[in-house]
Amino acid sequence: MGIAEKEKEIIEEFELFGDDWEGKYEHLIELGKSLPLIDTTLKTDDRLIQGCQSRVWLRSEYNEGRMEFTADSDAIITKGMVALMVRVLSGESPEEIVKARLEFVDQIGLKQHLSPTRANGLVSMINRMKQEAVSHLKH
Amino acid sequence: MPDIETIRAQFPILSQKVNGHALVYFDNGATAQKPRRVIDAISEYYTSSNANIHRGVHSLSQKATGLFEASRKTIASHFNIAHEQQIIFTSGTTDSINKVAIGLSKNYLKPGDEIILSAYEHHSNILPWQLWAQENGGVLNVIPLLPDQTLDYTAYENLFSEKTKLVALAHVSNTLGVVADVGRIKAIADRHSVPVLLDGAQSAPHMNIDLHALNVDFFVCSAHKMYGPTGMGLLYLSEKWLEELPLAHTGGGTIKTVSFEKTEYAEGALRLEPGTPHIAGAVGFAAAIDFMSTVGMAALFDHESKLSQLAQKRLLEIQEVSVYAQSHHKAGVISFNVKGHHPFDVGTLLDKYGIAVRTGHHCTQPLMRHLGVQGTVRISFAAYNTEAEVEFFADKLKKVIKMLG
Repeated sequence: MGIAEKEKEIIEEFELFGDDWEGKYEHLIELGKSLPLIDTTLKTDDRLIQGCQSRVWLRSEYNEGRMEFTADSDAIITKGMVALMVRVLSGESPEEIVKARLEFVDQIGLKQHLSPTRANGLVSMINRMKQEAVSHLKH
Repeated sequence: MPDIETIRAQFPILSQKVNGHALVYFDNGATAQKPRRVIDAISEYYTSSNANIHRGVHSLSQKATGLFEASRKTIASHFNIAHEQQIIFTSGTTDSINKVAIGLSKNYLKPGDEIILSAYEHHSNILPWQLWAQENGGVLNVIPLLPDQTLDYTAYENLFSEKTKLVALAHVSNTLGVVADVGRIKAIADRHSVPVLLDGAQSAPHMNIDLHALNVDFFVCSAHKMYGPTGMGLLYLSEKWLEELPLAHTGGGTIKTVSFEKTEYAEGALRLEPGTPHIAGAVGFAAAIDFMSTVGMAALFDHESKLSQLAQKRLLEIQEVSVYAQSHHKAGVISFNVKGHHPFDVGTLLDKYGIAVRTGHHCTQPLMRHLGVQGTVRISFAAYNTEAEVEFFADKLKKVIKMLG
């Protein structure tokens, strides 16, 4: 499944909640809780993306043309957002990751979490994911 | 105090909905909302009185100068200062503290000297002193907190040495709401002939402050936390420091005569207000003081204390919640955490119910380290907050905790 299909799947998943923001956030929190934990030994400073408030750790690997991401956060809502990003971008080629516009976030009504004033480290995390993909681009 | 609906009606912003709910604004410690009279005063100033002040011979300049200086008088009188020249307009608390720190570093503070501040200072009352200390081999001595997060006055007394040159202290902790006993602080400092700077950013919005009675050397605060405009604040100086504080900045408007060889500076406030000041800001600040007078500072303090006590009671009824600094003498600020949950998550979900709170370290990272937390959730009250809002907040907080699971 490519990035576009995964985004579509997430949009459909969130459409079930309609205007019920509580349901939507409960789902986001569940996604956060189900994100595989990063081993604490991997939560090192070089993997830390410092937001003003919540912290995000990102680990990336490059295997046979595909990026694999694992990530964690100390805030559960941020972690839910992190889980969505990992789900969409993990397993994809660097070329696709660099191009990804991640517009599904707007369509599921969670765009406020990506605004630059949010102090949650998410925007920095996406930038970091893309930077790491750039470093594996085929020239 | 006028009834709460009369007060609320004066704040246009309060009628808006946030995320489909009536706005519950509990982030007053960050900045307070503005009453109509402040908005009007600023608008009216630009509409009918705008001109540059001092030395203008034309009518408009005289009108603007009159308004600016009348504002200084209103503010001086609010703080019970007979000589209004002791009020210097600045851009806010941070600017005021920097002006004092830079000024004192010129000839008063010497290498090896010591400054006393507290464990709960805002970064703005740490960094200017830390910069001086780093550049000049100075020392910052920190008053520790007791287990109830109030100041350890015995330890404070023991921090004094012959090298102690200044006490710089938050009147009210912006994170905890704890009120310092200024009489006690001042008495001990006096015994050592050490001047005191009181950071009133979080006290001036909530309580009556009589600077004549407090008799501190420096007092600083920000208009925007007192229902006034941003970019405006004050620096109060004792008579002695009004004359003696070396200049941090200089420029137009501060002088009697200038030649390339030598400048003779003006006396009073003008010496310390270089450049065109924030005239509209001063006018708005005075209007904000007028608003606070209509409420009455004693009544305001009582109103906010009642809200704080109710909020604390409701918070403590929730098993997962811990409240910091549960001391009785607090000024409209409560910090808490929900066990097992990040303040960011709590704040994000409360916002969905239209409740504005502050989360994070509140510019007090040393205090966060002392408490052993990344951050807290802070609610802070103003004249327009109601008991019903506190009940709504407590109710929604329970829901939020349930959602976070």
